[in-house]
Amino acid sequence: MRKRVVSMWFPNLPSDRVVRAGALNGDDTGPFVVTHHAKNTDRIYCLNNAAAAQGLHRDMGFSDARAYCPDLQSCPADPIADARFLHMLARWGKRYCPWVGVDGSDGLLLNIAGSAHLFGGEDAMLNDMRHRLTHAGVQGRVAVADTRGAAWALTHFGQRAQGEDIAHLPVAALRLDTKTDATLQRLGLRNISDLIALPRATIARRFGPDVVLRLDQATGARDEDISPLKDAPNYGVRMTLPDPIGLSGDVMAGAERLLERLCAKLKDQDMGARKLQLHLRRVDQGAQIVELRLAAPMRDAARILPLFERGVDEVDAGYGIDQIRLTAIQVEPLPKAQITHGVATRTQGIDDLITRIGNRIGLDNIHRFLPADSHIPERSFQIAAAAYSRAEGAWAALRPRPLQLFAPEPIAGAGARPPQHFRWRRMALTVGHATGPERIAPEWWLADDNWRSGLRDYWKVDTVQGRRLWLYYTPQNPGWFVQGEFA
Amino acid sequence: MGKVPIVNRFAVMTDFWSHFPPQNTRTHEACGLSAPAFAAALAGHLCGANGKTVFWLRESWQNAQLNPVGFASYLDPKQLLIAQAARQIDALAAAEEALRSGHIALVVIELSQGIGLTEGRRLQLAAQEGGATGLCLLSEEMGSNAAQTRWRCTPVFDPNEAAVDSTLQNWEIIKNKSGTLTNWNVGWHAQTRRINVVSKSAQR
Repeated sequence: MRKRVVSMWFPNLPSDRVVRAGALNGDDTGPFVVTHHAKNTDRIYCLNNAAAAQGLHRDMGFSDARAYCPDLQSCPADPIADARFLHMLARWGKRYCPWVGVDGSDGLLLNIAGSAHLFGGEDAMLNDMRHRLTHAGVQGRVAVADTRGAAWALTHFGQRAQGEDIAHLPVAALRLDTKTDATLQRLGLRNISDLIALPRATIARRFGPDVVLRLDQATGARDEDISPLKDAPNYGVRMTLPDPIGLSGDVMAGAERLLERLCAKLKDQDMGARKLQLHLRRVDQGAQIVELRLAAPMRDAARILPLFERGVDEVDAGYGIDQIRLTAIQVEPLPKAQITHGVATRTQGIDDLITRIGNRIGLDNIHRFLPADSHIPERSFQIAAAAYSRAEGAWAALRPRPLQLFAPEPIAGAGARPPQHFRWRRMALTVGHATGPERIAPEWWLADDNWRSGLRDYWKVDTVQGRRLWLYYTPQNPGWFVQGEFA
Repeated sequence: MGKVPIVNRFAVMTDFWSHFPPQNTRTHEACGLSAPAFAAALAGHLCGANGKTVFWLRESWQNAQLNPVGFASYLDPKQLLIAQAARQIDALAAAEEALRSGHIALVVIELSQGIGLTEGRRLQLAAQEGGATGLCLLSEEMGSNAAQTRWRCTPVFDPNEAAVDSTLQNWEIIKNKSGTLTNWNVGWHAQTRRINVVSKSAQR
């Protein structure tokens, strides 16, 4: 079947995205630019029509642009969000045909062969596309041709009235790099027709095979594929029951069957579920939802099923449940791993335990400590959520450190040596031994309010009453504080 | 006064090691200022060699922070999991779950309010099922009768001038369901990660 390729080009994709998201305050028709930081200066990355009308252009310095146009609004560029937006548009493009591919960072390609008649012909279809894009606030150019190269040339360089002929378009429309384009221009080869008129062997010898390839792809002498985007896999399974069920054992049996299907799906994709949702529809149209957050990505049905027990027990079945739906809301890549003896089962057991406890007290409330590279006592470790970190790193203490740390508590004292008697937490304490000082300087590269008082001289103090405290003295702002307690 | 009793150091140590570590598959209680140190020493003793995990539960409002760098002289902090519960009932439920799982060697629960006989008994059953040791850290009057032993741990001042890094403590059993009530002076040797039992005659 003959290919018919629609090329869509969104010249102002980044700025259209920001305007559409409603991130601008007030008037969104005024001049607006998206800036990016390159070579130590902010430059314009993308601009809307109002800004172009004021004489701004791409790659202009942002400070110059603001001087031209004082009411200019701006926003930093976010290429990842732009790519996500383009993929959203690609999904929208599936309303026209199933073959939708992404073209670079700001275009789409659609193979509409065989589906144009559903929209009343090609012209009606293109008009529909233009209409919908305008309505959505996305500036786009749309053209159709027999080949991908020609469609691209028409969207980027063509005029709507001139039909599908690309011979009169400039050579840059062949998707050539700027250097080749400049060389061709210098030799007087301005249009594609000039290039076609030359013998092929001459072109190939003078400019390399790339120009001939691009020319052939545009004229259709050589085929070029559109690689359509894959549908995102849907990690959901469901089961509708002929009669409503109400016993928790029955619900668990249903969940077990669904889990097996879901885990097979996850296994195919090398994914593991991180967050699961069991949606139980009741006959009275009510719905009960059981959520399960897992401490590690998992796809082992036999391990996941018992973790659902607690949630299922709390479900109010009402007059019965007639549909069960199980969805993996959050998935993470989980490559196949070598099965080893011993170690794996132990960490799995702990992961399951973290899941069970985490579903009661919150998965973020289970921590582990990770070492950090700092001499500041309270920054010499990090607290990480156990579900999202691995236990690693080596711990080293050059000097004794207290077992417990607390926020510094001031005590009365003067001089650089620890006071012989002091009161702390309403206790009168007498110093027996004092070891120190250990001087720790603040990390000037981090702004920390607690270290505003400057250097600290730490002392380990053994009191006659028994308690062993960690005191410090701040020589720059004289004062004594208690920050920790040893065993 | 009479003669200073001559206590055989060897006898003290045998006596101590017949009581420590406290019986596995039971829950115990520790009170006093050095209770966290007791928990850390127990964790180091139980899990230092075998790489098992210690689960430490606390209530989230507490402002004292367990310092992993200090804890490292007892046990590698890799083997430590900390959970913060908003309420005591959640902490107890999590402790029960952890004790029962069979993958945890020691569960430490910091409690701010006393627990009743029911809660204490539930913890005992969970510890028995999972083959783990439970340890509640609490104030002195708050213990539950279900606990197997209760230890009062207080730091002791070491007048010996050379003992700069002393961790001398007095550990006293104040409740024991099956045995006698005694006390020892002990210290923690950080390099070898071992408990040193100090004979009391040497202290006098």
